[in-house]
Amino acid sequence: MSQLEIKDLHVAIGDKPIVRGFTLTIRRGEVHAIMGPNGTGKSTLAKAVAGHPDYTITGGDVLLDGKSILTHEADERARAGLFLAFQYPSDIPGVSIANFLRAAVQARLAEGEELDATAYYQRLYAKMDLLKIDRKFTSRSVNDGFSGGEKKRCEILQMAMLEPKFALMDETDSGLDIDALRIVADGVNALRAAAHPPGILLITHYQRLLDYIVPDHVHVMWDGRIVKSGDKSLALELEAKGYDWVKKEFAAA
Amino acid sequence: MANSATDTLPPAADPATDNPVVGIDQTKGDFSYKVDYEFDAGTGLSEKTVRYISSVKKEAPWILEFRLNALKKFLSMPMPTHWATKDLENIHFDKIRYYLSQGQKPKRTWDEVPDDIKKTFERLGIPEQERKFLAGVEAQFDSEAAYSNIKDLVAKQGVIFANSTEALREHPEIFRKFFGKVIPTGDNKFSALNSAVFSGGSFIYVPKGVKVAQPLQAYFRINAENFGQFERTLIIADEGSEVVYMEGCTAPKFSTSTLHSAVVELVALKGAKIQYITVQNWANNVFNLVTKRGVAHEEAEIKWIDCNIGSRLTMKYPGVVLKGRKARGEVLSIALANDGQHQDTGAKMIHAADETTSNIIAKSISVGQGRSTYRGIVHIPRHLKGCKNNTECDALLINSNSRTDTYPAITVRGDKNATQHEASVSKVNEEMIFYMQSRGLTEGQAMSLAVNGFINDLARQFPMEYSVELKRLIDLEMEGSVG
Ligand SMILES: Nc1ncnc2c1ncn2[C@@H]1O[C@H](COP(=O)(O)OP(=O)(O)OP(=O)(O)O)[C@@H](O)[C@H]1O
Ligand SMILES: [Mg+2]
Repeated sequence: MSQLEIKDLHVAIGDKPIVRGFTLTIRRGEVHAIMGPNGTGKSTLAKAVAGHPDYTITGGDVLLDGKSILTHEADERARAGLFLAFQYPSDIPGVSIANFLRAAVQARLAEGEELDATAYYQRLYAKMDLLKIDRKFTSRSVNDGFSGGEKKRCEILQMAMLEPKFALMDETDSGLDIDALRIVADGVNALRAAAHPPGILLITHYQRLLDYIVPDHVHVMWDGRIVKSGDKSLALELEAKGYDWVKKEFAAA
Repeated sequence: MANSATDTLPPAADPATDNPVVGIDQTKGDFSYKVDYEFDAGTGLSEKTVRYISSVKKEAPWILEFRLNALKKFLSMPMPTHWATKDLENIHFDKIRYYLSQGQKPKRTWDEVPDDIKKTFERLGIPEQERKFLAGVEAQFDSEAAYSNIKDLVAKQGVIFANSTEALREHPEIFRKFFGKVIPTGDNKFSALNSAVFSGGSFIYVPKGVKVAQPLQAYFRINAENFGQFERTLIIADEGSEVVYMEGCTAPKFSTSTLHSAVVELVALKGAKIQYITVQNWANNVFNLVTKRGVAHEEAEIKWIDCNIGSRLTMKYPGVVLKGRKARGEVLSIALANDGQHQDTGAKMIHAADETTSNIIAKSISVGQGRSTYRGIVHIPRHLKGCKNNTECDALLINSNSRTDTYPAITVRGDKNATQHEASVSKVNEEMIFYMQSRGLTEGQAMSLAVNGFINDLARQFPMEYSVELKRLIDLEMEGSVG
């Protein structure tokens, strides 16, 4: 079974340890939600797993289908099937969504293999329709001048086009209006229903997203590690009680 | 290298002042000078070299006079190192070969061409035959057929499209009138040098009202001479006519010659339009010192699209003298400086009539130790009304060692004119590169995309095949620039 294993991972930014012993295994087809207070290291974890060069891995390992990927560059990890939907996606002035995604799709082909442009556009348009993204967006520069919600939708479009084995979705719901939230959730659920669904790590602050994308597991991250795990009822409990009780419980433990 | 902080770029010449050399009386009778056609002009520059070139070309005496006068100017003028880089002092004029006769055979064989160069040709998809020429293995790329085709085609519309030697010999009445007027011999040291030893380049005359449908390309006429170091181009668009000219090719040129110094003059008469497009990629031992200027008469339009990649030092400031009411001038330029390269480029807009408008958009990319300099002049005298200039200079730095300088000189006198100036310097942002890498693009591909995105709004204005080639070139440059 294909899986992404994060084992006792420690990540530092400069000298500052941020992720401190994070362990989680995600199998393909599973959705794991991660919740936790601001600044607790969720984005750092996601970017470190994706291979951000500024984040130093000071301990532990990340394995994709049993092989460590820590020595691989971010692009190799991506081509191996990892995808990060950014909390704050960068804009790329002058590069259209169509050209950007085309380059990304092309990068996954074997050397010498040419992309079938017609098929590519058909697929792109189909995914855009699914996510209710206006076709005019294909010629717009990636994220350049996009509203917060448009950026998030564009992230999901990319995910849908690149069909990763594992997706790390960092607060994809923040900035989405109620309708957009449903559209994005439908898009993700469509991927889950596919023949080879991805494993998903879903970082969120809001229980509402989990009404639409129902997680198999919910974890609470605190101070750089998972301190509590449960099923989707845990999210409801957090929503009702806040994080204080987790803190207390954790402190008592 | 220290950089002089003041901009003392020499002012453009007043177009109303004729170049005195052109007025010199032509003595009758053929000039005769005994020459040995077996040899080229040798190395070094003297009166003998100039006479040799002129006699090989069987030129009229006024041209020889023009050349000799230019030689004097060249020898007497100082290097412009008070404002330009000191690197100019490294040009050894006595070691340069100023003219290569037709019979001259290159000494290099294909086997001696370095592998990385061969690979580059392959990547760029350069046809076999051209590769040999570009690598300096063959003196001539035989595309004469294609050239005469287009020549004949446009001749039907009355267009003269010839090389400089031919044109000066066969159509002196047309070309002499404008030759050396837009850019007087003594405009700068290198225009003087070109005026003394020029050879190759295109002369074009487009008659009144004729709109040349297809772009004319120097590319069709690649041979040792046209690809040479001192080509001279003069384009005259008569009233209401239109022409697009494209020069250069994006394949790197691996010549043993290290100095390229061209002069390009454009004349757009009333209501005419000239668009001049250059995409050049020089080997990084080349000094590329080019003077380009056009005169736009009433309601005429001159547009320079200039793209410089490679070379050790490029100094090039295409200009437009806006001579007639409502004339328009535009310079769109892209410069890419990689390690060991210095792109010193810019534009000159000399407003000399009311309601003239000019637009300058310059984008530079500095990679590694590469250095880019923007140098510009926009001159609008006090007595003019309704003139407008827009200048935008954007620089992109690809690593912290890159440097970029901007010396815009905008002199606008009087309050009846408007200028707008914007400049920006940005770095390729690490988060952006990571974002692209996280989608599966290599660092090099990500850099290429970022750079292509940076120039995209300009590149879109290029003819299709040029922007495609430009993109490929940038891909190659970027690939080599990441560790
Ligand atoms: N580049 C950086 N330099 C210094 N500190 C950083 C950097 N990036 C993140 N941090 C710090 O690391 C800690 C964890 O940040 P991170 O973005 O991972 O939190 P998060 O759990 O995603 O928070 P949020 O819920 O607000 O998105 C924070 O204290 C943050 O300030
Ligand atoms: Mg975060």
